[in-house]
Amino acid sequence: MSTNSNHANYWKANLKLMGLLLSIWFIVSFLCGIVFVDELNQIQFAGFKLGFWMAQQGALYVFLILIAVYVRGMNKLDKKFGVEE
Amino acid sequence: MELKTLTITVVVLSFALYIAIAIWSKAKSTGDFYIAGKGVNPIANGMATAADWMSAASFISMAGIIAFAGYDASVYLMGWTGGYVLLALLLAPYLRKFGKFTVPQFIGDRYYSKTARIVAVICLIIISFTYVAGQMRGVGIVFSRFLEVEIVTGLIIGMGIVFFYAVLGGMKGITYTQVAQYCVLIFAYMVPAIFISIQATGNPVPQLAFGSEMTGEGMYLLTKLDNVVQSLGFTAYTDGAKSTVDMFFITAALMVGTAGLPHVIVRFFTVPKVADARKSAFWALFFITILYTTAPAVGALGRMNLIETIQPGAVGSVAGNLEYSKKPDWFATWEKTGLLAFDDKNGDGRIQYYNDKNQDFKATAESYGWQGNELKVDRDIMVLANPEIAQLPNWVIALIAAGGIAAALSTAAGLLLVISAAISHDLVKGMLMPSISEKKELMVGRVAAAFAIIVAGYLGANPPGFVAQVVALAFGLAASSLFPAILMGIFSKRANKAGAIAGMVVGIVFTLSYIIYFKTLNVELNNAEHWWFGISPEGIGTLGMILNFVVAFVVSKVTAPPPAEIQELVESIRIPKATT
Repeated sequence: MSTNSNHANYWKANLKLMGLLLSIWFIVSFLCGIVFVDELNQIQFAGFKLGFWMAQQGALYVFLILIAVYVRGMNKLDKKFGVEE
Repeated sequence: MELKTLTITVVVLSFALYIAIAIWSKAKSTGDFYIAGKGVNPIANGMATAADWMSAASFISMAGIIAFAGYDASVYLMGWTGGYVLLALLLAPYLRKFGKFTVPQFIGDRYYSKTARIVAVICLIIISFTYVAGQMRGVGIVFSRFLEVEIVTGLIIGMGIVFFYAVLGGMKGITYTQVAQYCVLIFAYMVPAIFISIQATGNPVPQLAFGSEMTGEGMYLLTKLDNVVQSLGFTAYTDGAKSTVDMFFITAALMVGTAGLPHVIVRFFTVPKVADARKSAFWALFFITILYTTAPAVGALGRMNLIETIQPGAVGSVAGNLEYSKKPDWFATWEKTGLLAFDDKNGDGRIQYYNDKNQDFKATAESYGWQGNELKVDRDIMVLANPEIAQLPNWVIALIAAGGIAAALSTAAGLLLVISAAISHDLVKGMLMPSISEKKELMVGRVAAAFAIIVAGYLGANPPGFVAQVVALAFGLAASSLFPAILMGIFSKRANKAGAIAGMVVGIVFTLSYIIYFKTLNVELNNAEHWWFGISPEGIGTLGMILNFVVAFVVSKVTAPPPAEIQELVESIRIPKATT
């Protein structure tokens, strides 16, 4: 495998992971926290309405998890394609 | 010890700490001065980024904004954290791989154009100065409130401290003082938050207390809050008054703007490796999230506390409202500062707090004998008065002062440094005197930092109405100018010089014009009826960003592709390993 196609495959794998994580990013904030907030507010857990909780707490925790997954995923990809520093 | 003496002692001790750190971490080279010699541990950098990021507004005002806006304030919570996902995934690792000193330098090199670099410098300076003026104002206000000195005196003390460690230590000095400042500010924020959570719900974790039952009442905090604010004519706490479109656009502008702010981006230049830049973004958001998930709890608990104090009995009953003569001590303390103000409109000697702007509620209020809202509450009181409401000891109050000052100083220092780097590295070294020696460049950097501090201090003391209004709008400007140019520079090999310049100019001119039109020239038209597509000036940066992308894409398509070596540069920044 040439260096070029190796780099191209690494980039593709990176874009795929990124696309997946950014979709979740969009869903938890813009969809759950804003667009469908009224629908989700019909669901109650503990003292929270779900939509409100997503907008003020849940989305933030998910953001943190997304970056954690990205860090681990990219470290693995760096090793797999032999491009780590 | 008396409160004032104690506060001064705590604040002076914190300053001594910052100065000691600055002396220890003095910058010896331009690499140290601009990017801390690329030697910062990713966790320490995460902490420094968090302090850099969380300004006086985050520390003092955010919980209060949430307390009074309820669900609508979610735009700030999601916007100011969600941007870190964009930073971590789309920008930080690649800009670190690029491995130079400044954001305009990346834009200039990637778009093989000095014009592009100058446009980026101009955007950077507009964004950073609007932002820093607000910070210096914050420093002055904290000083004057807690230490009872004039705002200008407070400002000068703050400028002196920042001057010392930013000019001497550069990025290296700033980074390690920011680590210390984060520790001070998070401790100062969490202690009162934990105590008021225990008092209200018995649960010490604010994030959980927020969804718990009120002690001895068997009713959830938020349910009770929704009921009581509605009975006073306000929108339910967990519902919003803003339109969905506006919520969407404001959140997007804040997220993208966060990712496009130069003083935040440059923090990721300071770590040793690409993998560290990603890791550092995680830690930055981790440290930010601790405060940002606590703020909504502080907001809800604070609003509840306030209403229960003013309205101890049934809404509408004569004895339902607090008699002014029986006000608690903290009420009197904060009345002196003007953060609370009472005006007995119906002359009954009791305090009525309700929404007198709600026309549907007017008749009800009149039937209660109420003749207008009688209590003016400054939103900042939610954080500032917390320790007193929770009856915490004086050292906690002193800590809040040190925390507020730490938050303001750390953000101001980060902003001043990117301004000075843009002047000394992009303008002087990059354009005017390319052959300048490193030693001289370092000197120019220090002079530029000193100059920037003086300008920022002046703006803080004499805030032109315009600057004060656009502080929050710096995000829209960053979103519409720098973010698209950087993003396309990494993800599109086809994006070229003409496209990037056209995109940045159109983006920032459009956004700035819209903001000036509604915020300065036609303030009376600043409402949903006149806004384009119902988008407020706070959210217009998102539209500016879309315009920037479209213009850059189309112009790049119809002009010549970038030269081969630029396409190779793009290839190389996408791969962490050094390519030879």
